[in-house]
Amino acid sequence: MAIRTMVGGIGRRTLRGIEEFGYITVLLGESLYWLFAGKFRHQPVRVPAIFREIMMIGVAAVGIASMLCFAVGVMLAIQGIDTLKTYGAESKVVIGIALSVTREFSPLIVSILVAGRSGSAITARIGTMVEAQEVDALRVIGVNPVRYLAAPIFLAMLVAVPALTILGDFMGILGGAVYSAVELQMSFGVYFDRTLEALAIDDIRQGLIKSAIFAVIIAMVGLSNGFQVRGGAEGVGRATTRSVVLSITFIVLADMVFTYFLNT
Amino acid sequence: MTSESQREAVIEVQDLVTHYGERQILDGVNLNVYKGEVMVIMGGSGSGKSTLLRHLLGLRKPTSGSIKLLGKDITRVSKKEMFAIRRDMGVAFQGGALFGSLSVGENVMLPLREHTKLDENTMRIMARMKLEVMNLAGFEDLMPSELSGGMIKRAALARAVIMDPKLLFFDEPSAGLDPVVSAELDELILRLRNAMKMTIVIVTHELESAFKVADRITMLDQGKILITGTVDEVRNSDIERVQNMLNRRPREEDVDTEAYLGRLTGKQR
Repeated sequence: MAIRTMVGGIGRRTLRGIEEFGYITVLLGESLYWLFAGKFRHQPVRVPAIFREIMMIGVAAVGIASMLCFAVGVMLAIQGIDTLKTYGAESKVVIGIALSVTREFSPLIVSILVAGRSGSAITARIGTMVEAQEVDALRVIGVNPVRYLAAPIFLAMLVAVPALTILGDFMGILGGAVYSAVELQMSFGVYFDRTLEALAIDDIRQGLIKSAIFAVIIAMVGLSNGFQVRGGAEGVGRATTRSVVLSITFIVLADMVFTYFLNT
Repeated sequence: MTSESQREAVIEVQDLVTHYGERQILDGVNLNVYKGEVMVIMGGSGSGKSTLLRHLLGLRKPTSGSIKLLGKDITRVSKKEMFAIRRDMGVAFQGGALFGSLSVGENVMLPLREHTKLDENTMRIMARMKLEVMNLAGFEDLMPSELSGGMIKRAALARAVIMDPKLLFFDEPSAGLDPVVSAELDELILRLRNAMKMTIVIVTHELESAFKVADRITMLDQGKILITGTVDEVRNSDIERVQNMLNRRPREEDVDTEAYLGRLTGKQR
């Protein structure tokens, strides 16, 4: 009996997982469809809505994203100098910071921040709208909710997260430079020259590709959890938590997978 | 009154069966609504009236059966045709469902923006006209969160009728309102019917307002239609469940001992 319940549970959870994956795929497809084909069906995705989302997701997060990436840069410098001291190669810390910030830390930290800040907000907002029948109201007016609500968020996310990542690249390297200037008395000029020597276009590109993938994850997980809200205010709360946890989990897993493929 | 066969049915529901997951909600519902009448769909909680409304609005797909709105079967039409049908229907949801991020005026104008190519000024004037009818003149710049319950319902009604629809659906007009405001809303519904010649479908569990506004009443119970008829026909019906509903009597159900024991021991579903 216990085994049957357990196996049944696993089966049900697997089914739900597949169902959710299917839902997200359809949502992604429809968002892309409306972004490209909306104009031809005389139901374009409204540009002001996209900019409003970019302001909320990207511009409003500039301060906190800068601070986090700066802190990560300083942290990498502290650890790097401490480790490299053993080999007397402290000055090589510049290369380590340049590569790890652009390839890894900036996209990851920025995405986790956006998932916590905007992913949750998206789920809460959409979920509240579902509960208040606002999404139904859109549908009966003849407005496709994916076009009106999802597509602007999706596009804004695709713009905002990579943009914040570029900012994060710069702030992380600046953090490293500030600490190195204090600890190693290395001037900013020298630090940035060496950074530019160490960096190839490919490093930046790798970070940006990842950040775009993370952006899709945050948008789709946030939106699908919002649209599938059930059970009143409590349901909205549960979906919001779930959205953040799932986003961050998928971001870290995707990071591992894509780092492997982008480096081999 | 002319006989039913001569009147034009604008809503025809035939053998509608629906499920929510595995639970059956509606069980073979047949219903005709004729042009220009106010049809009130009544029933207690769990009777399936809200589900029926969602199906009439094309928000859910039924298991079987057909729903014809203005002669078109909405369970089979293409997306494009459905979009066209939506121009002819307006819906006022229970909680208003006004968009919180838009002002009252913008809310009322949204259907115009999506379905027409009118210029901004014309749309604004049309929105003000409807708000005027709903006694909401001068409130168009407020946000929905700044309105009272009755005002929200009236604003939602203004949005529902902005396209001058042929069909108007109203979900629980009097829910959450005090008796005076609720009575005013009933007056407003009747005025709309008389002035704009709309066919109006109202879903409610409020007896008083149902009897006041209805031309005909349909009573649902456990997914089936108990009775469809004029106010008097329903009042004088000798069906026990109808009288239970009208007289607010708790229902007495025959207890099936076998099934009862089964449920208690958890051995039978």
